[in-house]
Amino acid sequence: MAQHAHADVPHHDDTNYVAIWAVLCALLVVSVVGPMVGVRLLTLITAFGIAIVKAYLVCRYFMHLSIEKKWVAYILGFMLALMLVFFGGVAPDVLTHEGLRWQRTYVEPATPGGER
Amino acid sequence: MEVPTGRLAMWWVLASETVVFGGLLGSYIMMRLRHDAWADQAANTNTWAGAFNTLVLLTSSLSAVLAHQAAERGDGPKAARLLRYTILGGGVFLMVKAFEWTHEIEEGFTITSSLFWSFYYTAAGLHAAHVVAGIVIMFIVSLTAARNEELHRVENVGIYWHFVDVVWIFLFPLLYIAK
Repeated sequence: MAQHAHADVPHHDDTNYVAIWAVLCALLVVSVVGPMVGVRLLTLITAFGIAIVKAYLVCRYFMHLSIEKKWVAYILGFMLALMLVFFGGVAPDVLTHEGLRWQRTYVEPATPGGER
Repeated sequence: MEVPTGRLAMWWVLASETVVFGGLLGSYIMMRLRHDAWADQAANTNTWAGAFNTLVLLTSSLSAVLAHQAAERGDGPKAARLLRYTILGGGVFLMVKAFEWTHEIEEGFTITSSLFWSFYYTAAGLHAAHVVAGIVIMFIVSLTAARNEELHRVENVGIYWHFVDVVWIFLFPLLYIAK
């Protein structure tokens, strides 16, 4: 039986997906060129800041989260919040040299390729 | 109005995937902050190949959302055709990945070379496995869509593909740009 897609939410036929794709491509160029300048702050902004913007555009316009039920965004947001709890709980320990019952013994190989 | 069961299931899948990839990327960021030497290791990844693959995935996401638009208009054959373009994008992505990995392994950068390369191959490999899964599912959905059947599946598989795209959007700067 034929079943049409997304019949229960407002239509988004008028969205110009090609224009959004073009914006995403332009942001990709900036995220590649920006770090070439060699300024750490600029690298953080152009690489990671723009990644957040690109992800937002894909979620909002391609995944249609803006017109999806609110609780769907809440579920995904909750999962992201769990990640922050994980990071906030573990990072203070991992980012130190040693703790109460452990010490760091692993040393990253200085030579690219390590075991070569 | 309720969310259709298929789409609801897809959102729950993606919620669990968020934790899987979020945990992996969170761990990577922690380790990256801890080991300055990772910048030297990351200098060996091919930024242009990563950027090209980002472009490929963004473009395949465009064809996926256009397939959804066609399905919404009841044009199954067009939706199927656009899904096949998306499959093509996934195939190109995997070929570039294969080229990259072959080159890196030949250079001696294997999954046991260092912690950085362990993360690199695990994160990129897990993502590539999701690309393969997406290609298989899209192929099956395109077969029914071509007959104008089960068109709601076009949207569901599209949502999954966009998520795979979003994961790569974050993997790209982490693995290829932070040097």
